[in-house]
Amino acid sequence: MFTFLIKSAFLNAWRHRLRAVLTVTGLVVAILAFGLLKTIVSAWYAGADAASDARLIMRSSVSLVFSLPISYKDRIRQVDGVDAVSWANWFGGVYLDERNFFPQFAVSNGYLDQYPEFLISEAEKKAWLVDRRGGVAGRKLANRYGWKVGDVIPIKGTIFSGNWSFVLRAIYDGREANTDENQFYFHWDYLNESMKKVSPRRADRAGVFIITIDKPENAAAISGVIDAEFRNSLAETLTETEKAFQLGFVAMTEAIVVAIEIVSYVVILIIMAVMANTMAMAARERVSEYATLKALGFLPSYIATLIVLESLLLCAVGAAIGVALTYPLAEVFGSFFESFLPVFNVADTTPWLQLLSAVMIALIAALIPAVRSARVRIVDGLRSIG
Amino acid sequence: MAAVSLQSVSKCYYRGGHPIPVLADITFDVQRGDFLALMGPSGSGKSTLLNLIAGIDRPSAGQILVDGVDIAKLSERELARWRAGHVGFIFQFYNLMPVLTAFENVELPLMLTKLSRRERRQHAETALAMVGLSDRITHYPSELSGGQQQRVAIARALVTDPSLIVADEPTGDLDKVSATEVLSLLDQLNCELGKTIIMVTHDVRAAEVAHAMLHLDKGELFALESNGNTRSLKAENA
Repeated sequence: MFTFLIKSAFLNAWRHRLRAVLTVTGLVVAILAFGLLKTIVSAWYAGADAASDARLIMRSSVSLVFSLPISYKDRIRQVDGVDAVSWANWFGGVYLDERNFFPQFAVSNGYLDQYPEFLISEAEKKAWLVDRRGGVAGRKLANRYGWKVGDVIPIKGTIFSGNWSFVLRAIYDGREANTDENQFYFHWDYLNESMKKVSPRRADRAGVFIITIDKPENAAAISGVIDAEFRNSLAETLTETEKAFQLGFVAMTEAIVVAIEIVSYVVILIIMAVMANTMAMAARERVSEYATLKALGFLPSYIATLIVLESLLLCAVGAAIGVALTYPLAEVFGSFFESFLPVFNVADTTPWLQLLSAVMIALIAALIPAVRSARVRIVDGLRSIG
Repeated sequence: MAAVSLQSVSKCYYRGGHPIPVLADITFDVQRGDFLALMGPSGSGKSTLLNLIAGIDRPSAGQILVDGVDIAKLSERELARWRAGHVGFIFQFYNLMPVLTAFENVELPLMLTKLSRRERRQHAETALAMVGLSDRITHYPSELSGGQQQRVAIARALVTDPSLIVADEPTGDLDKVSATEVLSLLDQLNCELGKTIIMVTHDVRAAEVAHAMLHLDKGELFALESNGNTRSLKAENA
């Protein structure tokens, strides 16, 4: 009986081929759009998701714009629970054209040691450490511009004016899928030496300090101790976990993220209405058939199940194609926006959310037609013209 | 015991809260193996009467006994089960499932039985053979003529071996040749298999195949015609 039910549902779904194809196409587009929008949202949070619990970021308590004296490093190191300290400056230069945006940081030598998720060969790392003009780029960034180790990379400074040139000495790969491979690093010392010459007031300062702690559960306590250390100084600090620091950036654009989330659900609502209309039309056309089935002795629950199965079948096909297309399209989509959303990976939960949405669409769309058809009086149904 | 027995059956519909009587105080019996034609002008209530006997509608008052079962007292679920086992339906517009082949349409009522797939196949093939459509089992309704579709519908009606077959204008949508074939098949079912048949028709020629004709007018039994004799029931009831 169940096999017959499935077969009947399939035959009914495929009865109006054009309608079935158009409905499935709509579902594919909606499920795909939902998946991509969800991926954009997760890409937005990728930095925070990839953040380590064992790393703290210390910055000026006034604003990220204000830098901190480099001398703070020694006092930070003296705090109990601190394992390592490095520092970095946002460089914000332009590579050939302003459209070629990617994050550039001037970092101290110990910086890369604090990021074990950046996989870099020992030979390249050594080469970078000994070359004052040396640079390190992420794999995706290097691929985007066709850089190879040894290439000279000219970058025009904006915050730190002048024409800078770096020699690419190393390329790192991300250990995790959500590791950002679109960043460029060079020696803070190289930047600092230049600053000493052209703008001494800006020398010996760091934008942020990166602090590795021994136990992630002590993050709050250690942050408090560090900030207390610099309280009432000329440059008070704000120390927080790397995740909180990253989420601070996300919070600045939260309205956009919320808007994208809303649009993703609106897409589902729209296709739900389309699907409900399709199922209502199909059920209305078949009232006489359902009445005949009931006359033959089939129960109302059979009719309802037939309609729900047909809806589930259409949505399953749409969802399967939509989910399957999400991955290659996310890759294409990600390559267009890798400057702004460097980690554009479909989250593990996204296909499940897509499938769940498809099931919800199917059930809700079939609900009213199924109930109505199941309740139709046989004599009324037999009189109707499909 | 009569195959079908109606006792003071009435039916009225409600429109805007007002009752519209369709059948009033109908009483008659149909004996086992009878072939009865229900006749009357449009709106006389003959199809409603057929629906009540077939258990696809419920009377407003009265008792309908089919093989001794008061079908008006059955729940929806019980009534569905009863229909599946006891009634074969033939409709004016065949009411075949367009997505199913002739074989699958005939097999459809057997899905509600406990027969195995093999047994279902045997039953359906036998029924199709009886209506002369063994060579059309893989055809879809759209690939069959009107007469052939009605023959598939007849095969579907008899495949479960029901005691009662109800036919609502079975020749109403057919040409003369096809109508003759269908009527001949119904006669065969009645004479050879002993099926009790109740048929609604406008067609006097179709009604002539039946053993008796029951005339309705404005929801009341008007006359019973049997073996060439007409008996006015209205006068009797009065």
